[in-house]
Amino acid sequence: MAEKKNGPTNVLIVGVGGQGVIMVSKVLAMLCQNHGYEVKQSEVHGMAKRGGGVFSHVRFGSSVWSPTIPVGEADVLVALEWAEALRWINYMNPQTGTFIADTQKIVPPFACRVRDRGADAMYSEETPAEIMENVRAGYAMDATSIAEDLGNLKAANTVLLGALSNSLEFSVDAWLEVIRSFVPPKSIDINMEAFAKGREWAQAGPKRVDENAKGRGVSGRDLHKQVETKLEITEEWCKGCDICVKMCPERCLRLNDQLISELHKPDACTGCRMCEWLCPDFAIKITNTPIMEPAE
Amino acid sequence: MNKASAVAPQDTADKPVTGPFTGNEAIARGVWEAGVKVAAAYPGTPSTEIMENVAKYPAEDLHAQWSTNEKTALDTAIGGSFAGVRSFAAMKHVGMNVASDALMSFSYIGVNAGLVVLVCDDPGIHSSQNEQDTRVFAGFAQVPVIEPSDGQEALDFTKYAFDLSEKFETPVIVRATTRLSHTRSEVKVGARVEPDDKGFDENPSKNVMVPMNARRQHPVVLKRTDDIAVELAEGPLTQVEIRGGKLGGKVGVITMAMSYVYVKEVMGDVSVLKLAGSYPLSESHIRKFTDQFERIIVVEELEPVVENALKIMGIAVEGKSLFPRIGEFSPEIVREGFVKAGLLEEKKHKGAFDLAPMARPPVLCSGCPHTSCYMALRALDARVAGDIGCYTLAVAQPLEAIDTCVSMGSSIANAVGMAKAGTETKPIIATIGDSTFLHSGIPPLIDAVYNNANITVFLLDNHITAMTGGQEHPGTGITLRGEKTAKVDYTQLIKALGVEWVETVDSYDMASMYQSLREAVEFKGVSVVISDRPCVLDPVKIKGQAFTVDQEKCVACQSCMNLGCPALTWSEGWYEGRHKVEIDPQSCMGCSICAQICPTDSIAL
Repeated sequence: MAEKKNGPTNVLIVGVGGQGVIMVSKVLAMLCQNHGYEVKQSEVHGMAKRGGGVFSHVRFGSSVWSPTIPVGEADVLVALEWAEALRWINYMNPQTGTFIADTQKIVPPFACRVRDRGADAMYSEETPAEIMENVRAGYAMDATSIAEDLGNLKAANTVLLGALSNSLEFSVDAWLEVIRSFVPPKSIDINMEAFAKGREWAQAGPKRVDENAKGRGVSGRDLHKQVETKLEITEEWCKGCDICVKMCPERCLRLNDQLISELHKPDACTGCRMCEWLCPDFAIKITNTPIMEPAE
Repeated sequence: MNKASAVAPQDTADKPVTGPFTGNEAIARGVWEAGVKVAAAYPGTPSTEIMENVAKYPAEDLHAQWSTNEKTALDTAIGGSFAGVRSFAAMKHVGMNVASDALMSFSYIGVNAGLVVLVCDDPGIHSSQNEQDTRVFAGFAQVPVIEPSDGQEALDFTKYAFDLSEKFETPVIVRATTRLSHTRSEVKVGARVEPDDKGFDENPSKNVMVPMNARRQHPVVLKRTDDIAVELAEGPLTQVEIRGGKLGGKVGVITMAMSYVYVKEVMGDVSVLKLAGSYPLSESHIRKFTDQFERIIVVEELEPVVENALKIMGIAVEGKSLFPRIGEFSPEIVREGFVKAGLLEEKKHKGAFDLAPMARPPVLCSGCPHTSCYMALRALDARVAGDIGCYTLAVAQPLEAIDTCVSMGSSIANAVGMAKAGTETKPIIATIGDSTFLHSGIPPLIDAVYNNANITVFLLDNHITAMTGGQEHPGTGITLRGEKTAKVDYTQLIKALGVEWVETVDSYDMASMYQSLREAVEFKGVSVVISDRPCVLDPVKIKGQAFTVDQEKCVACQSCMNLGCPALTWSEGWYEGRHKVEIDPQSCMGCSICAQICPTDSIAL
C-alpha cells in the first residue's frame, strides 16, 4: 500500500453477474479476518444475477463502520470486466488508489439495440491506454486470456487476485491457503498458477497495459451508412397471410382493415428484406438505394 | 428447566463460529439460538436467505418451511405461538402487505409463546417494486419494531425480540434492510436455549377476535405499547453516546439501524442516541437526551418516522430537511446532510474521470424458458398483464412484451378488469410464473372463471422460484429441507377451478407454443396455456452444446437479437449496414430458440 491512512482499507470488486465477484470478495474477506482485522463485505444481489452489474465492497481495519466504501476512497478497484471498471472508477481514491481490471469485454444485448445503418454496439469507448494515463497506479490486463492459456477461463479471477496481492500486505502463502479453500479441488493447481501469473504480471511497474488485449467485443467500420430504404407492397397480390407481420424483426408492418399488409412504422424499417424474402406471394419489394458514395 | 441443544452444524467442538456471516445468516442464527420451533417464509429479496439458513439447523430443533405466501407464513407462525412454542416468520417489505391482515389482528390477540416477524426493507429499490418503510407498518399495527445496525446486532436483536415478545405478549418486528442482510461481518455466536413448551393457551376470549373481545383488547394494546416504549428505552438495545469536543452540548444525533454506522463513519465525535427501534418511543427518555443539546438531528433512512414522532412530542428536530426521504443512504449522503447542517466541511467526492457508464440492465438468462414465451406474445401483438418474477424483465428492450406489472398475483385480475372494460381490441393475456401463481394467482383465476372473462392466462412454469435464487415451492414437490412431498398438478387444479381450455406446451418448441397461444386467444372465455420448461439456473444449471452462426448465411436481420439473449452479440461482420450476429460458446446453453426463429437457417449446432 502506498500510504496508509487511519481508517480502514477499502477494496471495491466489480463485474458482471456470473463472473464470480462475490467469490473473489469472500476470499479477500476471509483472508482479512484470518489476520485479525474487522471486516465488512457488502454486496447487493438479486436482479444482478441475471447479467447485470455486480459490486462488492470489502473494508477491513481495526474498526469498520459503514459497510460501503465512500465515493473516492477505494484503495483498490478490482474489475472483472472492462466497462464495469469504468462504471466504478470514480470510487477509487484519485491520489492513492490502484486500478486493476480485466480488459475483457462482455457486450450486453442491450448495447446492440440500435438498428440504424452503420450503428455499432454502444459499449464504453475508453481504451485501457487512455485510462492508464490518468490513474496513479494501474493494471489493465487480459486476465481472461491468461487464464484461458492455463486451460481454465474461470481462473481469470485468481489472476486478478494475484495482481491485487501486490497492493495488500498479506503474504503469498496466506493468499494461496485461502484460495485453495474456495476453489474446486481439481482446479487448485491451475488457480495456484493463475495467482502467480497475475502477481508477476503486475510486478512490472506501477502502470501496465496489455497491448494485445483481445477481449470479446464489437468494432469495425461500416460502408453502408447512408441508404434510403423503400418498401413497396403490391396490394393486389397480398392475401393477408400475416407472415410478414409476424416475422418482421422491427415490428413495423401490420394488416389494415382489408387485411392487407401495410408499413405502419416506416422509421423503424431497417430494410432487412425479411418480409420480401418470406412473402409467399412476392407482394413486397425492398429497394435500398445508397444516397452517398461510401466514405473512403 | 431450559434445555441446551446440540451444537449447530456450523459449530465445531467448543469453539463457536464467528462468521463472516451475512446479516441474513446472523438473523437465522439468532432464530435458532432463541429456541424457535416453528419458522416459515415466502422467498423475497433481500430476505430469502434467512429461511434457507434457518433450514441448515437440525430438523430435530425446529420446523422450517416455505409457505405459499407471506400471509400463510405468518399464520403458520401464529399457529406455532398459539400452540406454545417460539415461532418466526420472515418476508420482504412488500410481503408485509400480504401478511398484514393477520398481523393487525394478532397484535390485538397477543402472543402465547414468542413470535417475531422479520421484515427486510429495500431502500434504493435494488430488487423490488417500491421502497415502503416497515416502520410505518409497525406503528400502524401497534407492534414494536427493533432495528439492528450490523451482523452482531442482527443476531442479538433477533434473540432479544423473542424475550420482548413474551414479556409483553406482543408480536415483534425485527427490521433489516438490503444492506444489513447482504453485508458479511464477524459475528460471535452462542448456544441454543429452548424455553419450555407452554402448551396451547385455552383462552377463547383472548384468542378469538370477535368484536366484543377486540373492543376489550384495544386499550390493552395501547397500554402495552407505552410499557414497551419504556422497556426499549431502558433496555440494552438503546445506546447513549455522549461526546465532548466542539459539538458537545450543541448537537445531538438520534439515529438507528444502518443510518447509525453511516453517522459513526462521517461524524465520529458527535453525541448519539442510538434507538433500539423507531416504534414505540418513550417521550420522557427521548427528552432526557434532547434536553442536553441545542440542536437535535434525526438521521433515518426512508420515512421521517422518528422525526414526526418527536415533532408530535413538541421537540424541535431537523431530519428530512437535511437527509433524503428517497433511496438508500451511503456515507456520502449522510455526509452531505451534515454539510448542509453546517457541521462538516464540504468534501469533493467527484473522481478524476468524467465518463458516461454503459447501461447494463439485468436480462433473462441465456436459454431462459421465458424468453421464447414473450417472443411469441410479441408476435401475437397481445395486451400483456405481467406479474412479479424474472419474466418482468421482458418489459425491457428488445422484447418489450409486457404492458403492466403491479404486485404479486395481480396479472390475472388485472386482465379480467381490462377485458371487462370492453375497450381493448387486442387479445388480453396474463402472464404469471409458477411460484407467483401459487402465491396469489389462484383466487383471481377463480374470479376470471366465475365472471366469465375473455382472457388467456399464460402460466410460465419453470419449476422453481427463480427470481430469488431458486427456492422450492408446492409445485416442485420438494420441501425447504429437500424432502419429497406432494406436488401441485397445475392442469388438474386449473380444470377443477372450472377452466375449460387448458393446454401444456414446451416453450423450447416455438411453433407449437405459438399455435397453442393462437388457439387459446381464439377461445371465448378463460383459457390457460402452461409452459412447462425448467429454469436454466436452478435447481441445476443446464448447459448443452452451444450453437454457432454461419457468418456466410447471416443477413443481419436481427430477428435473433430481438430475443435479448445474453449469448447473442454482434460479430465483426456486416450485411447491408447491419452487424451480423455471433454466439458466445461459454454463455450459450443450446436452447435452440434463436435457430428456430432464424429466417435464413444460419444458426446451427
